[in-house]
Amino acid sequence: MTEVIDTPGQRGAPPARDVLLDVRNMRTYFHVLDGVVPAVDGVSFSLGRGKTLGIVGESGSGKSVTALTVMRLLDIPPAEIVPGSEVWFDGQEILSMPIDSMRKIRGNDMAMIFQEPLTSLNPVFTIGDQIAEQVVLHKKVKYKVAWDRAIEALTMVGIPSPERRVKQYPHEMSGGMRQRVMIAMALSCEPKLLIADEPTTALDVTIQAQILELLKSIQQRTGSALMLITHDLGVVAEVVDHVAVMYAGQIVEEGTVEQVLVSPRAPYTMGLIESIPTVEKRGGRLQVIKGVVPSPFNLPPACRFEPRCPYAWDLCRQVPPELYATDHAGQRARCHLHTPAGEPRRGPALEAHEEAMRVGRGGRRNAMTMDERRQA
Amino acid sequence: MTEQLRAATTEPASQEVERRADEAGPVDYEVQLESLNQWQLAWRKFRKHHLALIGLGILLVFVVVAIVGPIVSPFVFNEIPKPDKLVGAGRPPSLAHPFGETGGLQRDVLQLVINGARTSLLIGFSSMAIGVIIGTIVGSISGYVGGFVDNVLMRIVDVMLSLPLLFVILVASQFFGNGNVILIIIIFGVFSWMGIARLVRSLFLSIREREFVEAAKAVGVRDRRIIFRHILPNAFSPIVVSASLIVAGNIIGEAFVSFLGFGVNPIYPTWGNILSNALTFIPQGNWWWPLFPGLAIIMTVLAVNFIGDGLRDALDPRSRA
Amino acid sequence: MTDVGAPSGSTAAAATPAPAVDVTPAVGTPPDAAEPLLAIRGLKKHFPIVGGLLRRQIATVYAVDGIDFDIMPGEIFSLVGESGCGKTTLGRTLLRLVEPTAGRIAFQGHDITDISQNDLRPLRRKMQIIFQDPFGSLNPRMPVSDIIGEGLLAQGMSDRKERDKKVEDSLETVGLRRDYTRRYPHEFSGGQRQRIGIARALALGPDFVVCDEPVSALDVSIQSQVLNLLLDLRREFNLTYLFISHNLSVVQYFSDRVGVMYLGKIAELGSVEELYRNPRHPYTVALLSAIPEADPRRRKKRLVLKGDVPSPAAPPSGCRFHTRCWLREQLGNPERCVTEEPQLRTVGTAHATACHFAEEISQESVETVAAKQSVVDTAVAEPA
Repeated sequence: MTEVIDTPGQRGAPPARDVLLDVRNMRTYFHVLDGVVPAVDGVSFSLGRGKTLGIVGESGSGKSVTALTVMRLLDIPPAEIVPGSEVWFDGQEILSMPIDSMRKIRGNDMAMIFQEPLTSLNPVFTIGDQIAEQVVLHKKVKYKVAWDRAIEALTMVGIPSPERRVKQYPHEMSGGMRQRVMIAMALSCEPKLLIADEPTTALDVTIQAQILELLKSIQQRTGSALMLITHDLGVVAEVVDHVAVMYAGQIVEEGTVEQVLVSPRAPYTMGLIESIPTVEKRGGRLQVIKGVVPSPFNLPPACRFEPRCPYAWDLCRQVPPELYATDHAGQRARCHLHTPAGEPRRGPALEAHEEAMRVGRGGRRNAMTMDERRQA
Repeated sequence: MTEQLRAATTEPASQEVERRADEAGPVDYEVQLESLNQWQLAWRKFRKHHLALIGLGILLVFVVVAIVGPIVSPFVFNEIPKPDKLVGAGRPPSLAHPFGETGGLQRDVLQLVINGARTSLLIGFSSMAIGVIIGTIVGSISGYVGGFVDNVLMRIVDVMLSLPLLFVILVASQFFGNGNVILIIIIFGVFSWMGIARLVRSLFLSIREREFVEAAKAVGVRDRRIIFRHILPNAFSPIVVSASLIVAGNIIGEAFVSFLGFGVNPIYPTWGNILSNALTFIPQGNWWWPLFPGLAIIMTVLAVNFIGDGLRDALDPRSRA
Repeated sequence: MTDVGAPSGSTAAAATPAPAVDVTPAVGTPPDAAEPLLAIRGLKKHFPIVGGLLRRQIATVYAVDGIDFDIMPGEIFSLVGESGCGKTTLGRTLLRLVEPTAGRIAFQGHDITDISQNDLRPLRRKMQIIFQDPFGSLNPRMPVSDIIGEGLLAQGMSDRKERDKKVEDSLETVGLRRDYTRRYPHEFSGGQRQRIGIARALALGPDFVVCDEPVSALDVSIQSQVLNLLLDLRREFNLTYLFISHNLSVVQYFSDRVGVMYLGKIAELGSVEELYRNPRHPYTVALLSAIPEADPRRRKKRLVLKGDVPSPAAPPSGCRFHTRCWLREQLGNPERCVTEEPQLRTVGTAHATACHFAEEISQESVETVAAKQSVVDTAVAEPA
């Protein structure tokens, strides 16, 4: 069973039992003064029970809005969830659910870890109170039981002397420790799905390493599914098995971590990986993705990556690409290169990417001028 | 070094430049929002704030009335309209006198309110101007110089805040005679700067630490330019918002002290002293006399507060929506 | 062509009364090195924490606490470390944007530690800074022409036309269009703003640029554009960079020599090749091990440090790293780490470390520790 299902279930019908989260054609638009921002524009993916999925993208790609829509944490308006969007969680469609029922799911079966732990924790309550309150709310147990559960959760995330820490306030803890508390809080109700939105972005590199190790081991020990939102390909590679790459509100590539990060098939992902500085590229120029992310008010008509794409041709300006199957089972890419029409161009494009990566490894040779590279 | 830069940007670099421009992206797909400056952007957001727009409309009407009204219908204290009836009752609104007439001298309430607008708004805005100027100067010095000077200035602020305004006005009226408009403006001005000073000081302290100020220092920009070109323009929005609230406060304040009889001499009508004079006639049922100046005060203060709210949102650089 | 500040008719050096200083090379400086462009010795910056009713000093933050190193002309010297290690303060102090508490700074052979801000002004042309935050480092109320041009103005280029021409030239140099001068910062994307910041620094024609986390706030695809630009500019204008970053992959790609900072001190210093291949300080080992690896084929068992960085207001005694040190634990917690502060000492060609037991670090010792640790271990905040 793969997490990223090739053919999403029939519309309106629940997905198979082993699918925990099934997002179908989700569109989230924002109405702002300048117009409408299609932040998430037709995103579909699914996540099996106990599996892990990373959603990667740069700022403005819609990755965080995807998570917030699934949690139903967006203010409507200015946000609008376009009719036709469906999110199935644990056999129920949750976008159409009354918000009260959703509150019962949120924090209970579905828990979120935010980027900035300090702003997500209430400064006037002890961390024990905050965790216990949530347990009491969702699990209908006595406060004493909930308190013990809080200590247990803190122990689980590796907080030393939890009996003492549980009585402390958020400001008494360091950034790394607070992020552990956030994770403990998310775990306290034994959620089926853990959503982590840039959980390590605000942390230093040694603390990031701690938290990533922790997330990995927690996921394995508790068996909850994990959806990790990040801009960092390194973080994704460390923690999850499957990955979806987002660009300008759409998923442009999905597959296993090995597939997507080692042999990417969408030109955007290829460019992203080529542009990561590594030791092998020392002494030469980095590959770049030219230009900038398109304005959400002025999206390219067909393929949204076309203006920045080194392999684009006429078709890319005329027909919006869909997610097409690639030469790897389960890996799909939103690029015409993987259609019969793109067949003749596919080989050279992949070769160019391989070359970019290989030349990188070779060292000095990619210190070529732009003109040379253009001809390449 | 500079030669190199110049040389590189003229001839051999033309290729280079093209190359980098290429990397910077095809212009068509850049984030090309309408090119608006700060004020156009602010106005666009302000326009979305309906209450603030209404407030602005009301205030504009009052300002026009305050400027034009006394020219059309001047109030002359010695000109008594109905000299034959000195202690008459007031008359309710009629076609000739839409706001009614006062008791006693039976003056036209509309005429009083129109002439009162000039003094009341003059007091509100002038005292605000004095307060903002003093407050900005003190706050800037305090925030930029810091240390001992800062400490002294802030203690002065504390002392000023602990002085009761009413008491000072009482004492001042004993010394300088009752009811001088200029005196009232100065007293209110001198009592309105402390909040601004504290605000400006804190803005200086925070903006001084911003990276663009450090960047300016790093290229050798002098202190004076840093204050006037970097810090003050960025402190402007909160000062404007705060100033609008001072206007409202001082209009109410003036009405209050005039009502108690320590404010402006009734030869110059203000909304406050019209109300004060109306007081004794309220038991006789002359509702129109206090009602209209009272409404004028409430509407002005509400309008100014709405504008302040609108400005706060519009000038907040964090939101574009 | 007219030099900026030409009215004074003097070079920066002549205008500066600062005495030339004779510096013996710092530990870790390449042996064949010429005269350093920038030499700092015993540099300290302590910030007082004031509090209480009387505003007394109640504590001290030892942000930079005794640093020596040289930066050679033309090299890219990087400082890496976690937040609170003092790398940013150090960068600011070198440029006298922050006044040092103690120590000497010599730039192009002239001691600039004590000269007045007025005497420093002509020198500012030669040493510039690029900031991290592309949003915070540009005054939102100023058009690009003023943002870039005001340095030229401050340096005495009073002719508006000449200045505007120069501003356009620098815009072009960093790959932006010449006609952007009348625009305001909010009209640009993050990457474009960062280019404007670079143009501001370059307009003055510097020899030395402090790059303070110039790409950390940018997306990956924009980050590589800016790194390429910095490398191109360095080649074209013979720049020397002090590159401050927390991203070890970027540093490895970008720089010639690296200094690893921990709590206000240099833990290890050496060429990129040496330091990444053969780290001689347990902290460097842990930092390198913590880099998230994007290529799943290169994933490895990592060594995770315990706890958090202690507060720079109360640095641990002896070796500042001893509270989190895996090597010390492995060696049975020797007392020396707690009582004696290790000095930076040479451990190879142009390679120095501040660890008493650097010789004990080996591939096996690292692997042993990495294999043994559990996740629960890693959160211990208190000293063991």
